[in-house]
Amino acid sequence: MTDVAASPPAAGAPSQGQGLHTSDAARKRLKARYASEARFKFFGIAAVLTAAFFLVLLLSTIVGQAIPAFNQHYVTIPVDLSQESLDPNNEGEAVLRRVDYDAVVRNGLRSLFPYVESRGDRRTLGGLVSSGSAVRIRQAVLDDPDATIGQTSFAVPLDDVADLYFKGQVSEERFVETTGEASPTGTEGTIQILSTANDFRDLLADVKDFLGEQADEVERELASRERSLERAEIDIVSYRDRMPEEGADRREFFEDQVQILERGINGLNANIRDLTAELADLRARSTAAGADEVLTTELPSILVEINGGVVKASSINATAVEGEVIVPLTTTAAASGGDWSIREVVLPERNRKLDDRSLIYLDQLAAEERVERQFNMIFFSSGASREAELAGIWGAVVGSFFTMIVTLSLAFPLGVAAAIYLEEFAPKNRLTQLIEVNINNLAAVPSIVFGLLGLAVFLNTFGLPRSAPLVGGMVLALLTLPTIIIASRAALRAVPPSIREGALGVGASKLQTVLHHVLPLAMPGILTGTIIGMAQALGETAPLLMIGMVAFIVDIPSTPVDPSTVLPVQIFMWADFPEVLFRQKTSAAILVLLAFLVTMNALAVILRKRFERRW
Amino acid sequence: MFWLLFLALLLVFAASLYIGAQRSRQVAGPNTHVLHSRPSYHGGYLAIMATVPALGLLIIWSIAQGPIIDGMVVGQFSDEFEALSLPEREAFLRDARAIAFGGIVSFTDELKEAAAAIYENLYRISNMAMTVLIALLVIVGFRRGYSSIEPKRRTRHFVERAVMILLIACSVVAIFTTVGIVLSLIFESIRFFTMIPIHNFLFGLHWSPQSAFAGAGEVVDANPEVFGAIPLLAGTLFITFIAMLVAGPVGLFAAIYLSDYASNTVRAVAKPVLEVLAGVPTVVYGFFAALTVAPFIRNSGEGLGLDVSSESALAAGLVMGIMIIPFVSSLSDDVISAVPQSLRDGSLALGSTKSETIRRVVLPAALPGIVSAMILAISRAIGETMIVVMAAGLAANLTINPLEAVTTVTVQIVTLLVGDQEFDSAKTLAAFALGLLLFCVTLTLNFIALRVVQKYREQYD
Repeated sequence: MTDVAASPPAAGAPSQGQGLHTSDAARKRLKARYASEARFKFFGIAAVLTAAFFLVLLLSTIVGQAIPAFNQHYVTIPVDLSQESLDPNNEGEAVLRRVDYDAVVRNGLRSLFPYVESRGDRRTLGGLVSSGSAVRIRQAVLDDPDATIGQTSFAVPLDDVADLYFKGQVSEERFVETTGEASPTGTEGTIQILSTANDFRDLLADVKDFLGEQADEVERELASRERSLERAEIDIVSYRDRMPEEGADRREFFEDQVQILERGINGLNANIRDLTAELADLRARSTAAGADEVLTTELPSILVEINGGVVKASSINATAVEGEVIVPLTTTAAASGGDWSIREVVLPERNRKLDDRSLIYLDQLAAEERVERQFNMIFFSSGASREAELAGIWGAVVGSFFTMIVTLSLAFPLGVAAAIYLEEFAPKNRLTQLIEVNINNLAAVPSIVFGLLGLAVFLNTFGLPRSAPLVGGMVLALLTLPTIIIASRAALRAVPPSIREGALGVGASKLQTVLHHVLPLAMPGILTGTIIGMAQALGETAPLLMIGMVAFIVDIPSTPVDPSTVLPVQIFMWADFPEVLFRQKTSAAILVLLAFLVTMNALAVILRKRFERRW
Repeated sequence: MFWLLFLALLLVFAASLYIGAQRSRQVAGPNTHVLHSRPSYHGGYLAIMATVPALGLLIIWSIAQGPIIDGMVVGQFSDEFEALSLPEREAFLRDARAIAFGGIVSFTDELKEAAAAIYENLYRISNMAMTVLIALLVIVGFRRGYSSIEPKRRTRHFVERAVMILLIACSVVAIFTTVGIVLSLIFESIRFFTMIPIHNFLFGLHWSPQSAFAGAGEVVDANPEVFGAIPLLAGTLFITFIAMLVAGPVGLFAAIYLSDYASNTVRAVAKPVLEVLAGVPTVVYGFFAALTVAPFIRNSGEGLGLDVSSESALAAGLVMGIMIIPFVSSLSDDVISAVPQSLRDGSLALGSTKSETIRRVVLPAALPGIVSAMILAISRAIGETMIVVMAAGLAANLTINPLEAVTTVTVQIVTLLVGDQEFDSAKTLAAFALGLLLFCVTLTLNFIALRVVQKYREQYD
């Protein structure tokens, strides 16, 4: 920065137009300085963009996952809800309550699939609709017997995996144009379908490719196992080397370790042998061009639709498939090209939750126009459930609401009163200083510590109920108190002294001055701070885990002392479930939570904009 | 019963407000200016006289009656209780209470039924006595207040003093909270340290409290060897370090750019972005870390031929860093903006570029504030819970490989306390010792941050 001083223009400076920077060294230095300036600015921009990028990534991930969860598929099944079958003697609720509604659902489904006969297939069929279907029908019958009894069809939610299938999230699928004439050898059991053209050639190639990819994967796994093996061997050597130098107890520990490692190595060796064999087999199968291929559950599924039936291929070559009939064919007549179709479900059956059979049944339901997409009311109206398709956030929302009510009714009066005292009345002494230091410190104490306080004091000492919004609200009130006090003090401080002096001048007491004049003027600021504090409390999770709000609660809480959970804790619990639909519902719940937070913050901003006064 | 009486007292309070005001107008006659205080203060005076003593009694009685009645029941059954251990006695009393007042009873027998009957009886007597006493207090207070209302009475002073006491009481809640935190943590920690020597806890290298006991329900001495907190501290610091690697530079540069470079339009967009980032609940970050970032790191690591744990420290630290960016940037922004413009102008006038001004003038001037912001951010990262609970591991590994799983103090507190717990086991108490550790560490960091600013801050203007 001292270039000017450091390089004064030499006497008799040569040429014009070069400004002050006459020597090459100076120009170079200047260039370097400008470059560093540009670099610095770039870092700044990069930092802001990084933050923005993370925000966009976070929100887009969550929105992308959440959107499917706002819809749900229902299937309309025929049901026998006639007066005669439910309650022949017209005895009313007591009898209606005891009807076997599971059987109603089961029979309804079976009537749609007359060809499904074996026990296992029937179980598959029953698994397509939500296990809560019977409960829903029962509830409808009990709620409104007049309207429901006599109904011949009822829309029940599909099981979560079936729901995902209709949302297109189970597997990629491919349809293959057919050109040749296909002739099936039977209508039931295991049959062959022979085509006059090479209709299956591309599929066969696909399968071979897939085998090749699998082989690559096995190869990678093999390599990783070999690395582990190497590492374990090195570890053993190093343990053995160090053993003589160590004391007796350490040596024992080392020996244990070596033994564990040796056992691991044995396992690894066996593993590697298996993998090597598997690799060889896969490679051989994938390279043997044109040969027949047996379709196991580890390969893509190939389904042939012909003559009103569906055949699941179990082996394939270029011109024919052999496989099991799942939906019986009407005839064995030959079907000309284009009248029959081949479909490939790319994800292997073993790797998806929905097997081919279920998939075919679902297709039939869809073809009969029984499946309907609806807005997901269950998500917004029911409590927690182990079944992904029946789980909702209403219980958590109500729990959050009660918690927030308790928090607000404790933290707001306490916080405002404390702020008034500290800002307007407190003499400067030890006690008030202590209070101020305390408040600032509390604002920085990790939230989980407040949870420990709640557990030790509210639950164990005072014996208040676990999992109750009352206790959650109390803990969160303590947590938000510093925020509210600090914001309220700032708002009170912003009221100009002239207001106070005016009030005092016409004879108001100090308390009257504050309560009648200063506080109303500070109120918008105080409310803004309170809303921000409440938003913070609404998103808080950790302290509530400590006081047992992490319990699985199906019922919607009706008072602040009922066990319940809150929205962020619900998100935490759902995030742990492996089902895809739960993950989507977690994202959807996050969106709901964020919507609440955005609303609250927007309210705070509006309040500030609307009522903020500059004195 | 409590809420019923409380509601009744509220009604009395509201009624007295009105009656007192009316009474003062009555005694003043047509000239209300003879009153020392305005009628509403007389109302307030009467309301306080009538209800506050009763309210105090109500609260004290409600808190005290439980233990006292428990004691009386225990006294009745002292012979039978000789044979029972402490938890059994508690279970007995709990069941007896449940029989008497409805609730979940584990099992019942004649003895418990008898105890329940006694419970019911005692509570009825206690409630009746309380109601009668409160009614008495209300009547006496009301009459004394009512008869003492006269024009010269300085009821405003009385009411204002009462309000002031209330305000002070509210302010002291902050102290009570701190005291409550410290006492509960210390109290439970002392119990823990009677079971596990403190040096084992502070310096032990091995942490696996789940393996401390032989089996469920068996009362065995906890093995002190498995309560070493060093791996947890190391894990916490490690994740915090990764987080600060992300949040430190990004936050600081964002603050510099926003305060010294950005145009108003850029600032109008970027500030809300950072605010939204700050407003996202940590559980959302945890979900993001566990379901998006961790698998991404794992897959890209495997693509490079590395073994990456699905709960790697890197994923948790990275996301925690993202969470802390706005914290660092807003605190730094404040201190950078607080550096007076005259310093910048002086530097620019000497011919330095903007970045040179910032690096050699603004940042040194703002250094204490920035250091304090970083320390506060570290303290925040150490106490952060949800991200690590969802994305970091449970196994206490002592490692500096960011691709392996480590665990943190907060994760262990949550694991130890969520789910079934017996309150006397070393496992549960260990959580409180960890909590105390966490509290002390964050408190120290906050204190240092405060001192740095106080000590090194330059006062301009």
